[in-house]
Amino acid sequence: MNKDLFTVVGQPLPKIDAWAKVTGETRYADDLVLPRMAYGKLVRSAHAHATLRAIDTTRARALPGVYAVITGHDLPRVKFGILPVSQDEEALCTEKVRMVGDAIAAVAAVDEETAEAAGRLIEVEYEPLPALMSIQESLAHPEVRIHEYGDGPNVHKNVALQFGDVDQAFGASHLVREDVFYFEGNTHLPMEQHAAVAHFGPDGKLTLWSSTQTPHYVHRLLTKILDLPGAHIRVIAAPVGGGFGGKLDPFAHEIAACKLSQLTGRPVKIACTREEVFYIHRGRHPVLMWLKTGFTRDGDITGSHIRTWLDGGAYGSYGVASTFYTGVINPVTYKIPVYKFEGARVFTNKPPCGPKRGHGTPQPRFALECQLDKAAEQLGLDPADLRTRILQEPFTKTANHLTVTTIGLGECIDKVVAASGWRDKRARFGAAAATPKPLWQPRKRKGVGLAGSAYMTGAGTAIYWNSMPHSGVIVRADRSGGVSILCGATDIGQGSDSILAYLPAEVLGIEPKDVHVHPADTSLTPVDLGSYSSRVTLMCGVAAIQAATRLRTAIGRAVAARLEVAPDRVVFRERKVGVPDDWDRAVPFARAVELGEAMHGVLAFPGSYAPPRRAGKYKGGGVGPSPCYSYSACVVELTVDEDTGWIELDEIWIAHDIGRALNPLLVEGQVEGSVYMGIGEALMEAQVFRKGLHKHPSLLEYKSPTTLETPPIHTFLVETDDPEGPFGAKEAGQGPLLPVIPAIANAVYHAVGVRMDQVPITPDMVLRGLELKRQGKPARIGPDTLPLFTFKEPLAVESAFGQPADAVAVRPFADPRA
Amino acid sequence: MKTRVSLNVNGESRDLLVPVHKTLLEVLREDLGLIGTKHGCELGECGTCTVLVDGEPTLSCLALPAALEGPAITTVEGMARGGELHPLQQAFAELGAAQCGYCTPGILLTAQALLADEPQPPRQRIREALAGNLCRCTGYTKILDAVELAALRMASAGGRV
Repeated sequence: MNKDLFTVVGQPLPKIDAWAKVTGETRYADDLVLPRMAYGKLVRSAHAHATLRAIDTTRARALPGVYAVITGHDLPRVKFGILPVSQDEEALCTEKVRMVGDAIAAVAAVDEETAEAAGRLIEVEYEPLPALMSIQESLAHPEVRIHEYGDGPNVHKNVALQFGDVDQAFGASHLVREDVFYFEGNTHLPMEQHAAVAHFGPDGKLTLWSSTQTPHYVHRLLTKILDLPGAHIRVIAAPVGGGFGGKLDPFAHEIAACKLSQLTGRPVKIACTREEVFYIHRGRHPVLMWLKTGFTRDGDITGSHIRTWLDGGAYGSYGVASTFYTGVINPVTYKIPVYKFEGARVFTNKPPCGPKRGHGTPQPRFALECQLDKAAEQLGLDPADLRTRILQEPFTKTANHLTVTTIGLGECIDKVVAASGWRDKRARFGAAAATPKPLWQPRKRKGVGLAGSAYMTGAGTAIYWNSMPHSGVIVRADRSGGVSILCGATDIGQGSDSILAYLPAEVLGIEPKDVHVHPADTSLTPVDLGSYSSRVTLMCGVAAIQAATRLRTAIGRAVAARLEVAPDRVVFRERKVGVPDDWDRAVPFARAVELGEAMHGVLAFPGSYAPPRRAGKYKGGGVGPSPCYSYSACVVELTVDEDTGWIELDEIWIAHDIGRALNPLLVEGQVEGSVYMGIGEALMEAQVFRKGLHKHPSLLEYKSPTTLETPPIHTFLVETDDPEGPFGAKEAGQGPLLPVIPAIANAVYHAVGVRMDQVPITPDMVLRGLELKRQGKPARIGPDTLPLFTFKEPLAVESAFGQPADAVAVRPFADPRA
Repeated sequence: MKTRVSLNVNGESRDLLVPVHKTLLEVLREDLGLIGTKHGCELGECGTCTVLVDGEPTLSCLALPAALEGPAITTVEGMARGGELHPLQQAFAELGAAQCGYCTPGILLTAQALLADEPQPPRQRIREALAGNLCRCTGYTKILDAVELAALRMASAGGRV
C-alpha cells in the first residue's frame, strides 16, 4: 500500500466501542445475567502459611439456598500454572495454603449473600507453618519450604547469563559505579474487579465468560484443570474493565465457577470483591538490584553487570519470565558492549507477583537510568547529552543477541529536552541554585529529571513452545458491504477492537464503521495469544492486513473481470472499487463483494502472524526477542517542599517512538495512561504486607494518583516507520511508563540533592534524605544490604553487540503473493 | 426483610420490593437492569458507582433506596435524550476519554453535575470536581479535555445540561 495515501490510518478517530462505553451499554463479565444463574463465593485462607488438616462443609451444605459446596477434592488433583515450567497452583488448595487469600472451598447459592453466609459456615482446621515474608527470610530459612520444586530452597528461579567479559571491561574503565536499588511491589488496580460466569450446559459443554486478557491460555489450561476435552470448552473474554497484566493468569474463581456449574446444572457467577483483587493480583515484583556499570571518560558504557532478586510471592505465575525481564531489556537502549545478568526469584508467603505493565523491566530501568544520572554528574556531562551519545545503533544486535530495528530514542530525547526547556531549567533550578528565603516562607525547590527507555512490541515466543501463529484473523465480506473480523484479541481498553476495524478498512477502502469486530471467543475466533507484552497491535494488525489483502485481491479480480481491466489497476477507496482514471465506472463495495462471491464462492480469508524466529541460540534466549522495540524519553519537572517532604509534580514531557501512530488519539491515551501509572509507582503505590496480611487492601488506603496528583502531560509522538509493524506501527501501552519513574527520582535529586534509590519516594524518605544531607552524610535513601545468595555459574555466551540485525520482515506465514 | 420502595430513576417511576439493606447500586444493577452503574469498591472510595440524586453526585454503593424515595435519580442510561447523546458523552467518545470504560459512567455524571453548577469551569476546577473518581487507564488528561470540550459546546448551544 502507498503509505502516503492513508485514509483511516493516522486519523484521530473515536474507538469503535466508544459509544457503548459512554452510554453504559458495554457488558463486562459481572454485567452478565443468565436465567437460573447461581452466585458463587470462595472461602480463602486466613493464614499466610499452613497445612490444611480438615475442611468441614457440613453446615454450609445444610444452609437453605445453597446449591453446592466444593473443595479441592472435588476437582481433578492436578496442579497448573500459566507457564509450563511452573505448574504449582491448585484452584482450591488441598494440602496446604501458601498465602492469605489462597482459595480453599467454593459455594454456589441462590444469591451472593447466601453464598457468603455459607462460606462462613465452612470450618477449616489449619496447622500454621512459619510464614516467610521477605526475600531475606525465605533465604535464611531453607528448613521451611514453601514449594518442593525450584532452583534451591525457596528459590523459584536462579539464572545467570554472561555476554563477554565484564570484569575486563570494568578494569579498563575510567569510572565504575556500583549502586543498589529497591523497587517496591505494587498492583494493577483495575477499576473492574475480576468476575466470571460459567455455564455447563446439558449438552456437556462448558462456556466461560470472564474478565480475562488471555482467553486462549485459560481455554488451554481449563482442559487440564477440569480434565475436559478442549473441544467442549468455550472461553469468551468479556470486555475487560482494565487489565494492566492483572487478568493474565487462570484464576480460582474462574475454575470454581466452572465446577460449580457442572455440579448444579446452573450458570454460576463469581465476582471478586475489591479486597480479593488485592490478594489475587500477580502484580509488580518487589525487586532488589545491584548494578555495576563501567564508563569511559567521555561517557561511553564499557560494560554492565546487573544482579536482581525478585520477591516472587507464593506461586510461580509468570515469574520465570519476569526474572529474565529484569535482565534482558536494558541493553536495548544504549550501547553496552559486554553484559552480565544474574537473577533470582524467591518464593515468599505473599500473593504471587507476575506481569504488570512493563513486566519486569520498570525495576532495572529505574536502576539503570538513576545510575546514568549519577555517572553523568561524575563525568561532568549533561544527562541528556550522555544518553544521546550512547544510543544503541538501529538494525544491529545487542550484547545479549536481541535484534533491534528502528530506534527513535534520540529524537524522543531531543523532543522532550526542547519542549521542557531542559537546559535552561537544569541551570536555573536545583539544589545548587542559590535561592535563600526568609524563614517564614515555605522552602520549596524545583528540579528537572530525565530518563529514556525501551520496551518490546510483543514477545517473540509464546508461553508454550509451538510453531503455530501467535495471532490469527478471519475476514469475511458480506453482500451488504459490511466486513466481519474474527480475531481472538481481547480489548482491555487499549483499543484492539478498533485497530482490528481500522486496518481492514484502510486496506479495503471502506469506513471503520462498516467493519464488525468479533473478538476473543475461542469457538469463533482464530487464536490470539492474549493482551500482554504489547503484542496485539503488531501481531493482530499484521494478520488483519494479510487477511484483508487476500480479500481485496479476490474482490479485485472479480471487479477487474467485470470492468475488463487488468486486476493490478483496480483500487479500493471511498467504499468503491474501480480504476482511478475511469472512476465513474467504479462499483460500490457491496456490489464488488457480490461480484467476488459470484466468482470465488464465500469470501472469507485468514491472516496469520508469528514473529520472526530470531531468539538467541542459548538457554534463556527466548525471553526478550521482539519484532521491534518502542522507545520513550521523559522529562519531569517537580517541586519539593523541604519542610514536609511533599513532592508536587509540575509538568511532564514525554516522547514516544510509536513507529507509526495508527490512531494518534489512542496512542496519546496509552502514553498518558502509562505516565500516570508511572507516577503512582514512583510516588505512592505499594503492595506491602504485615503478619501475612495486606496492609491496605482498599482503594482509599492503597494510594493511587487522582486528578489532583496527575500533572499536565505533554505527549510527543515520534514515527520511525518500523519495517516489522503493521504500516510501521510499534507498541504504546507499556513502554511510556518506564522512563517516568527514574525521571522523577532524578528530578528529586536535582531539586534537593538527595538520591532516591528506592521507590515509591514518600515524603518521609525525602525528609530523611535531607536530614542526612544536613548531617554531612551521603544524602541517599535506598537499600544498604544485599541478600546472601550464590548465583549459579553463568552461561557464557559471546557478545553479539554491534552485529548487523538478522533479516527484517521475513516472517513465518507471510504470503509472498499478498 | 423486604421493603417496598418507589424510586424515580431517569424520569421513570419504579415500584420495587427489596431487602432493606440492599444498596442503591445493587438495586439499580440487579432489580432495574441498569448495568451502566459500576461497582469499584463498594466502600465509597473510588467514585465508580456515582449516580446523581437531584443533580448531586452520590455514591450509590453507600446509598439505601428506602431513603431515596422522591428525589430524581439519574444514571448514565439517563444522560442521553432519545437518540441524542449528552454533549459530555459525545466529547468523551470523540476524544478517547473512555479507555476500558469502567469508570466512565461515574465520571460522566460527576462532570454533568459540575457543568450544571459551573458551565465554564477552569481546568483546575474540573480536576477538583473529579478528584473522587479514580481512573486507571487514561491519566485523566483526555477526560479533562473532554469535559472542557463539552462545556464549550454546551455554552455555544445555549447551556443544555
